[in-house]
Amino acid sequence: MTIALSQFGEVRLDRVSREFGALNALRDVSLTIQRREFIALLGPSGCGKSTTLNCIAGLLPVTGGAIWLDKNRIDTLRPEERGFGMVFQNYALFPHLNVRQNIGFGLKMRGMPKAEIDRKVNEALGLVRLQGQENKLPGQLSGGQQQRVAIARAIVIEPPLVLMDEPLSNLDAKLRLEMRAEIRRIHNELGATTIYVTHDQDEALSLADRIVVLRDGVVRQVGTPKELYEAPAHLDVAEFMGFRNRLKGTVVSVENGRALLDVEGSRISGVARENLSVGSTAYAAIRPDDLVLGEAGGNALKVKVDTIEYRGREFVGTAHSEGGLDFVFRSHQPVDLGSTVHLQADDQRVLVFAEPIKGRR
Amino acid sequence: MEAIAPTTRVVQGPSLRQRLAARGFDAVTLLVVPAAVFSLLLFVYPFAFGFILSFEPKNGGWLANYQRFFSDSYLYDTIANTLLLSVPVTLLNLLFAVPVSFRVRLMRRQRLLTTILVLPITLGTVLVAEGLLNYLGPQGWFNRTLVALGLIDQPLRLVHNYWGVFASLVITGFPFTFLLTLSYVTGIDPALEQAAATLGASAWQRFVHVYLPLLMPGFAITFCLSFVQAFSVFPSAVLLGEPAGSTRVISIAAYQAAFEEYDYSMASAVAMIMGFVQLAIVVLVLASRGLFYRGPASGAKG
Repeated sequence: MTIALSQFGEVRLDRVSREFGALNALRDVSLTIQRREFIALLGPSGCGKSTTLNCIAGLLPVTGGAIWLDKNRIDTLRPEERGFGMVFQNYALFPHLNVRQNIGFGLKMRGMPKAEIDRKVNEALGLVRLQGQENKLPGQLSGGQQQRVAIARAIVIEPPLVLMDEPLSNLDAKLRLEMRAEIRRIHNELGATTIYVTHDQDEALSLADRIVVLRDGVVRQVGTPKELYEAPAHLDVAEFMGFRNRLKGTVVSVENGRALLDVEGSRISGVARENLSVGSTAYAAIRPDDLVLGEAGGNALKVKVDTIEYRGREFVGTAHSEGGLDFVFRSHQPVDLGSTVHLQADDQRVLVFAEPIKGRR
Repeated sequence: MEAIAPTTRVVQGPSLRQRLAARGFDAVTLLVVPAAVFSLLLFVYPFAFGFILSFEPKNGGWLANYQRFFSDSYLYDTIANTLLLSVPVTLLNLLFAVPVSFRVRLMRRQRLLTTILVLPITLGTVLVAEGLLNYLGPQGWFNRTLVALGLIDQPLRLVHNYWGVFASLVITGFPFTFLLTLSYVTGIDPALEQAAATLGASAWQRFVHVYLPLLMPGFAITFCLSFVQAFSVFPSAVLLGEPAGSTRVISIAAYQAAFEEYDYSMASAVAMIMGFVQLAIVVLVLASRGLFYRGPASGAKG
């Protein structure tokens, strides 16, 4: 393997901000990315994740802060001077160039001799498994193949950093899984430092070494997939990590990292994830997996079943409480529609968060 | 209950109507009729009439008009005169339109600027010509300013010659060329340029390697349409040029044959030659499009 990625220590975002007129798309984003790391920027649409990527690539100037590549400040450089490989959401392949010319484009721009371009392009073709397709135009390729060309084109220039902007969002579900594995494999083979933007937490969890959760242009939490999945720091991060049930209640007591809430007259106990004060409003977050049919009393709420869906291994139901709270739960046996049941959760699996501060816009 | 089996065999094939529809003829096809009648009456018939008329000269054999045209330098020079005006003007307009389009593409308030640029089309060639006569004339603002600035001693002769017509054609032709160019330039996915930039291409390289190849077919069409407009120049060649000399364009020759010599047959022959020259250039330019990529100018499917 002679596609060697340039040596550097780290990329550092230092309080990077980006304003669009009155709108703060990014506010003081600080982040350090180590060599060979795979970072996922995760968040709902409009959270600033693509803006962050475009600022790093140089396609958008930052309006505050700085970006450093080791000791060199790069946010003042033009995109062509930064030399980061970028994979675009719609691939942005040059429609008039064939696969070989598309992949070799960056090398040609650098004035590399033709023989060497050919050698490197062949290698990249092998890496993304596109041998035999090199003379086709992008319009003649399937979505997955176009994706592979886009990846090959970005990595063949041996960039210090590979940037991917929702690269799988245009593919169908099956191909998305396949390409996800491909991206993983290519990252393992090359060890290219990668920043990957996605709104799909499964993608982020399965690909990334570390995940950065953004919301309203602010970093909400940075951590390994395991940390984020098991211990989200805020309610919005928890919701993104699959805590689909959120139960609004009042704090009754806080003790040894455990909180007791009064939710519609029932007592719900869980792990306190934020500072809580007795008498304030708080939310208990529970995954559908952890909400099961149970008895009245122990960490349970009385609900009425609205829908029940068969999912093969189990049933997924929705229900509502008398106070109007909505629930999603799993069940191993079918439940009658309209019946009243008690949903119960293990208090180790319930996370309690303070009321979120309204997003500033 | 008995199972329902297909007992009746289909004997007839699809009806005539269905078969016609499969070939693209159905009631909707009738909508073409008004346009077809219109073009038959106002284009095909006059054209055919003129074509035949051109082979029925006042005197001499059936090719006499054409023989006369190509043996008289006063007549055949008009082809060169017209080409010398229309080709450089069209190229210059295109050359102006490209950078302006690239800038306007990025602007928020395109509408206002586009309106200003398009205004000359609505003014009409005659008004522009009259205006230029004053403005570029020996006592016009242009010359007086240059003299006042000490850049020249004598007023430049800018009207009643080649340059007067040239200026007028640029002014009236530019908006049209610009609008077409703008539509082609904005049709290109901006992500392509961004991709080229991240791959290390400088602004010039991005233009040469990404934009230009994708725009060439559009430029060819723009050239043809602008060229045809400039080639049929008449009012400004008379008003601003020297209609007996360097700007004696081919339409003037046709006009003189028809309304000074009252030789409609000769006038038709000149018109046929004019049409043939235009056609030759247009075919040549359009054929050159084959050298370029002609598919969609975005990142394919997406």
